[in-house]
Amino acid sequence: MEKFTTHVGTAVPLRRSNVDTDQIIPAVYLKRVTRTGFEDGLFAAWREDASFVLNNPAYAGATILVAGEDFGTGSSREHAVWALNDYGFRVVISPRFGDIFRGNSLKQGLLTVELSQEAVETLWDAIEKNPGAPVEVNLQAREVRSGEHVWPFAMDDFSRWRLLEGLDDIGLTLRHAEAITAFEATRPSFAVLVS
Amino acid sequence: MSRTLAQKVWDAHVVSQTAGEPDLLYIDLHLLHEVTSPQAFDGLRLAGRSVRRPDLTIATEDHNTPTDNLLTISDPVSRTQIETLRKNCAEFGVRLHPLGDPVQGVVHVMGPQQGLTQPGMTIVCGDSHTSTHGAFGALAFGIGTSEVEHVLATQTLPQGTPKQMAVTVTGELPSGVTAKDLILALITKVGTGGGRGYVVEYRGPAIEKLSMEGRMTVSNMSIEWGAKAGLIAPDETTFAWLKGRPFAPQGAQWDEAVAYWRTLKTDDDAVFDAEVVIDASTLTPFVTWGTNPGQGAPLSASVPDPESFATEADRAAARRAVEYMGLTPGTALKDVAVDVVFLGSCTNGRLEDLRAAAEVLRGRKVASGVRMLVVPGSAQVRAEAEEEGLNEVFTAAGAEWRFAGCSMCLGMNPDTLKPGERSASTSNRNFEGRQGKGGRTHLVSPAVAAATAVTGRLSAPADLV
Repeated sequence: MEKFTTHVGTAVPLRRSNVDTDQIIPAVYLKRVTRTGFEDGLFAAWREDASFVLNNPAYAGATILVAGEDFGTGSSREHAVWALNDYGFRVVISPRFGDIFRGNSLKQGLLTVELSQEAVETLWDAIEKNPGAPVEVNLQAREVRSGEHVWPFAMDDFSRWRLLEGLDDIGLTLRHAEAITAFEATRPSFAVLVS
Repeated sequence: MSRTLAQKVWDAHVVSQTAGEPDLLYIDLHLLHEVTSPQAFDGLRLAGRSVRRPDLTIATEDHNTPTDNLLTISDPVSRTQIETLRKNCAEFGVRLHPLGDPVQGVVHVMGPQQGLTQPGMTIVCGDSHTSTHGAFGALAFGIGTSEVEHVLATQTLPQGTPKQMAVTVTGELPSGVTAKDLILALITKVGTGGGRGYVVEYRGPAIEKLSMEGRMTVSNMSIEWGAKAGLIAPDETTFAWLKGRPFAPQGAQWDEAVAYWRTLKTDDDAVFDAEVVIDASTLTPFVTWGTNPGQGAPLSASVPDPESFATEADRAAARRAVEYMGLTPGTALKDVAVDVVFLGSCTNGRLEDLRAAAEVLRGRKVASGVRMLVVPGSAQVRAEAEEEGLNEVFTAAGAEWRFAGCSMCLGMNPDTLKPGERSASTSNRNFEGRQGKGGRTHLVSPAVAAATAVTGRLSAPADLV
């Protein structure tokens, strides 16, 4: 995983709540067996609408997506994270994320930052007024800066450390290989075996 | 210390606990399907890793598969994905139930039916509806592809400790009101994010009275209100359902297992971080009108006025939903005409669901101009339904009797809505385009689906003369 420390970029306001992962990437794009190249599927249905915010040239090249509450609900498809990454996003800000989406994003180096509804609305207004203004997302300090605003955000120490160091989860778990083997010896005799 | 059911299951699976790190949990059963696994197997190959416990891993084909035949996957991209699963399972030694196999089916119908899902287990799958298995008192949750790879490689997952919530359902469900109505009403009450960060336990007299099928419908939709998992304490209903199934323990092991399973209940003085209480006796058939599962209403109500919602975010979402759904606020939901009725999915594709719909359709006809698809959740459900003659009830009514698969629950296989088409669907998601681009979905129970097929408008069995 690529390290994430601080990111400065421009942002795009997605004034919608309940953006489920079927909207982030429709199921027809999930038939592929690769892990990259999903940028064409990102918000595929919505992008057909010329007035959709990602089609607004003022936000071209934005790397921070600022969305309404309950972003990434629904399906567990990690393709939603891959599509956002492939399109060029590094950060998504929302008052609340779907649990599985959030887990997936932090494993793929896409930083998901929870800010209050009020902060998100302030950001939306600021971005719309000045689309080229930089937004800074600092994971080291756990804060988002836009103009004169500074918003701290919560991120558990372990996830933050993994992101700052760009660590691979499987590698971390294999430090406990002996404990896994020891645990397996204690499983009950009636535990299911499929083969 | 007093513990909840979920905490007991959690504690029994902690491999390693380190301060400042998530607990490392052992996974008892890993279910795989074709959509979320290919990149995980690729990851293993790249790192030169193997599947640590193929004997705790089982795969089936469900999302991409056709339901009109068992032989031909006409879409080459879908076919490649299925063939990739077959190659991966062969290479890594994973048991697979492919299209055409008598055990094949929607992964969350297949697992319980085989007796693979048992109380007290940890179960994961690269699919958000893994919460279904919580109906047995298992800690079961959906994971992403990176986590699928992690479980394949290590049979464990690092997990931060969730908060605990109780959903207490008092009273008794009135006649004609089902588990699906209950869970849809709950989601509208708490919203799609109401359970975020929680593992939930459904409990109370109305839950205890549910069949295993009904419990699975409730647990299945836990993810639709954001909960990580939704458990129900195992009881005599659970044990009776499990006994004799292919993977259920036998003989002395059965007795040993049941003795353990009986300890899997929340201690009387255990403390939940939050509780929601619902009185089942107040519920009526419930449907959705919008584009997320929290936008629902009693079938007897009308399409709401978006301006009637309390927050601007909810008003904006409702305005958008009503427009997408092609509805006019104030229209009685019972006046909403549908083009397609879909009976099936991991939510409502079990034998009891087919029976409930067949009971309504017996001696009646699907309205002209309405297409009804009946898709059993597994090949075994299909065979059992045929043994009872349910297929004849459906076909005599003019419905299509199909093969098992995810079908029209999601737009990944040939069963899709056309743009602008409206469905009454027993599935779990009414998201924009979920059942096909431009399609409009109303979530309903099997009984409401069948009555709707007869009248051509959203209806309950009580509305039929």
